[in-house]
Amino acid sequence: MSGLIKSSLARKYAMALSGLFLIVFLLQHFTINLISVFSEEVFNEVSHFMGNNPIVQFILQPILIFGVLFHFTMGFVLEYQNRSSRAQNYAENKGSANSTWMSRNMIWSGAVILSFLGLHFVDFWFPEMNYKYIEVLPENPNRYFEEMVHKFVSPVRVVLYAVSFVFLMLHLLHGFSSSFQSVGLNNKYTKALKSFTIAFSVVIPAGFIFIAFFHHLNA
Amino acid sequence: MNLTLKIWRQANTSAQGKMQTYPIENVSPDMSFLEMMDVLNEQLINKGIDPVAFDHDCREGICGMCSMYINGEAHGPDRLVTTCQLHMRKFKDGETITIEPFRANAFPVVKDLAVDRSAFDRIQHAGGFVSVNTSGNTQDANAIPINKHDADNAFDAATCIGCGACVASCKNASAMLFVSAKVSQYALLPQGKVEAADRVLNMVKQMDEEGFGNCTNTGACEVECPKGISLENIARMNREYLVASAKG
Repeated sequence: MSGLIKSSLARKYAMALSGLFLIVFLLQHFTINLISVFSEEVFNEVSHFMGNNPIVQFILQPILIFGVLFHFTMGFVLEYQNRSSRAQNYAENKGSANSTWMSRNMIWSGAVILSFLGLHFVDFWFPEMNYKYIEVLPENPNRYFEEMVHKFVSPVRVVLYAVSFVFLMLHLLHGFSSSFQSVGLNNKYTKALKSFTIAFSVVIPAGFIFIAFFHHLNA
Repeated sequence: MNLTLKIWRQANTSAQGKMQTYPIENVSPDMSFLEMMDVLNEQLINKGIDPVAFDHDCREGICGMCSMYINGEAHGPDRLVTTCQLHMRKFKDGETITIEPFRANAFPVVKDLAVDRSAFDRIQHAGGFVSVNTSGNTQDANAIPINKHDADNAFDAATCIGCGACVASCKNASAMLFVSAKVSQYALLPQGKVEAADRVLNMVKQMDEEGFGNCTNTGACEVECPKGISLENIARMNREYLVASAKG
């Protein structure tokens, strides 16, 4: 088992599984955000539950933060190792002849997503942690919708969100289907699975962009 | 055809290499790429210049020796061919062609376009075989019933000629396609199942020790492979490795 942990394949499995875990979280986050388009009341109820349920706050949230930190740290480590495995680069290399832009530039799309997470944490997570655990302000179950809409008043922030989600789409277009290959799933269902991952990779980020513009225009 | 060749020249493994430009005239479109290189070398020898070193052997696409990176692609712009099967008709008159060695730390340049691919040999030695009793009681392989689908897939994997185009094309210089083909060709057959766990563990360990990069599933290896080895083999090796590791 120690051989497994040190092997290049273990890193491959770990990247795939942490990526799939983050995709599940992304879908859950999208579902809650989408509720905000239809009902302020239900959005507040769900947000209040997510923000105050001890299982979500003290078990799922740390697991999620670990998953994010692990995925991007491992991504940078692998990128460094991979670049180091070819000390002398080609004078001419036609990467586009045999692979997609997305597959060759996961590190750059990932870096944009990481920068976005910084902005997202400053916008929502840090104020939320401050509200609940540092200043320990009295809980108002109806505050979440207004706080969220307030963030989308700025057109600059909305554009930054939109650009970031385009990069998330590019990252998912390779990463989602690739993670199944990494854990050994490549069979007669792969074609259908790939179609599903492409649809997911486009629809979910596009949905996030729609929600941001929706609240900006209705603010 | 009149062409300009930009070729990587490097005296030996430790020497500093650089691109050199050579004009070449009256190239027939029906020549193979290696025949064109032979003509160039004759011209260089006549001028008293050291000829360009490059690997070649069978010149019929089965030995895997010819290892050039031509105009940014392993074995050039054609598909499912080795360099010896690439013809000059694939290029335009007056074109400049860039020719480099396969580049990876695990494939050090020996001289000019010739690289040392013995890392592949060491991976094979680590587990790319089946142990068969050859004392005179060897069982006829055809006596063992094998599912046609598995036999075909094993044969497809076994067509890998170990040329290294997968490593050369991969942005990470990963050897996963080669190793997975060698794992698959035995893993699919009953004769190979006895040693399957040890095989995959040992071959992956050796692959990592040789300094190849990690696979990120870009699929460039599959596209550039002269034998069309499928990415399904990599998925199979990933499964085999996981199961073998779990067994301890």
